[in-house]
Amino acid sequence: MHDLPRSVIGIALNFRETVARLAPSFTAPPYQAPPIAPVLYLKTPNTWIKPGDPIPCPAGISHLRMAGTLGIVIASTACRVTPQNAVHHIGAFTIVNDISIPHDSFYRPALRERCSDSFCSIGPPTPLLPTQHDFEIDVLVNNILRSNVRTSSLVRPIPQLISDVSEFLTLHPGDILLIGEPDTSPLCAPGDKVRIEIPGIGHIENKVVAA
Amino acid sequence: MKHARIAYSGAIKHATSHNGQLLLDDGRLISQESVIWLPPVTPAIILALGLNYTSHAKELSFQPPKEPLAFSKTPGSLIGHLGQTRRPAGVTHMHYECELAVVIGKTARSVPRQRAHDFIAGYTIANDYAIRDYLENYYRPNLRVKSRDHATPIGPFLVDAADIPDPMNLRLTTTVNGKLTQQGNTKDMVFDIPFLIEHFTSFMTLQPGDLILTGTPEGLVNVNPGDEVITEIESIGRLINTIVEDWT
Repeated sequence: MHDLPRSVIGIALNFRETVARLAPSFTAPPYQAPPIAPVLYLKTPNTWIKPGDPIPCPAGISHLRMAGTLGIVIASTACRVTPQNAVHHIGAFTIVNDISIPHDSFYRPALRERCSDSFCSIGPPTPLLPTQHDFEIDVLVNNILRSNVRTSSLVRPIPQLISDVSEFLTLHPGDILLIGEPDTSPLCAPGDKVRIEIPGIGHIENKVVAA
Repeated sequence: MKHARIAYSGAIKHATSHNGQLLLDDGRLISQESVIWLPPVTPAIILALGLNYTSHAKELSFQPPKEPLAFSKTPGSLIGHLGQTRRPAGVTHMHYECELAVVIGKTARSVPRQRAHDFIAGYTIANDYAIRDYLENYYRPNLRVKSRDHATPIGPFLVDAADIPDPMNLRLTTTVNGKLTQQGNTKDMVFDIPFLIEHFTSFMTLQPGDLILTGTPEGLVNVNPGDEVITEIESIGRLINTIVEDWT
């Protein structure tokens, strides 16, 4: 039996391709300097849905961004852990579709964009070797492959990410830490069927519907 | 009525304020000094406002935002009355923020502002500490500044909404070691409570116990280990917190 999460924590700008694309803007206003700490956000409990549940596209919004990502499921309380010890706190991995309203600015917290109802589809936890960190993530929209990345291209690899977050925010059993949004995450409209596959873990599927 | 969550004689209990003492559900009256105060609510969602008082926005040289500047924090950031909050080693500026906290009373989705008060269980006080050294211009104010373990004192009591007829006219004050450093009034909020409930529930479903921290007025000063910080709101109460060293 797995503990239910209290917190699901997402991270922006954690794929090298995204950082490379946006790097020139990091030294200009409003950012002024490249990020130092991980750029985190919460996926609040109102966002959590299961595979098969509909993803409502809010009124007035034409497309939603579908970030297929890996979720690290925490097994034991992680408070100020080193990267070396971080893997001992991993209980399982899961597949997550981290849904957002597309937005270009990372300046202000994107609460509506990231925390609208049903904006986070979470698959079942899959126990794997906690040291296995190289996964392939595929996103298929209406059965067509739209994004294909490997988790080896992370700015902050998994042990470093757990360590950096747990430095100030204790992770509890069941909590899920997302590893980032692939730069190639596709946009979907009502009617689209989105499937995230991570070989070795499985797949999750949800359909976007008009709210 | 004023409700507390306390640890007493080996158990976590609900209590109500009764002539300066605490009344347990089993009828026993106990002294306030005999308990450990826990956060009065256990929210799943905690929302907080930035720059929601004109004076504070001016102090930080910002224009007040055109729509609410809101962020969320984890439940682990909360700590009860008379708790201790760590000041990270080596930082140069940590400040308190006295805020009126709204506690949601029932499942709230698409609530129009005219009906917002029906969805409020009550009010409490939050001290939304910030570590300014960690501010970065990415999802600012970022989690490292605002969602730190036990860096959001809250309480002592949840005060029933029925006992606070006008939450939009309450005096807020903060004292540090007895010296008045911050004062304001909830009437100076940029976005008032009914607006905030309408705004948030237009895209998020909130549940009983969820929290909205409504922002802070001007008057923020650096606090150091050993400082006793008292955030007080008229008719709601007096929340005490002590800053401690970070030894690691």
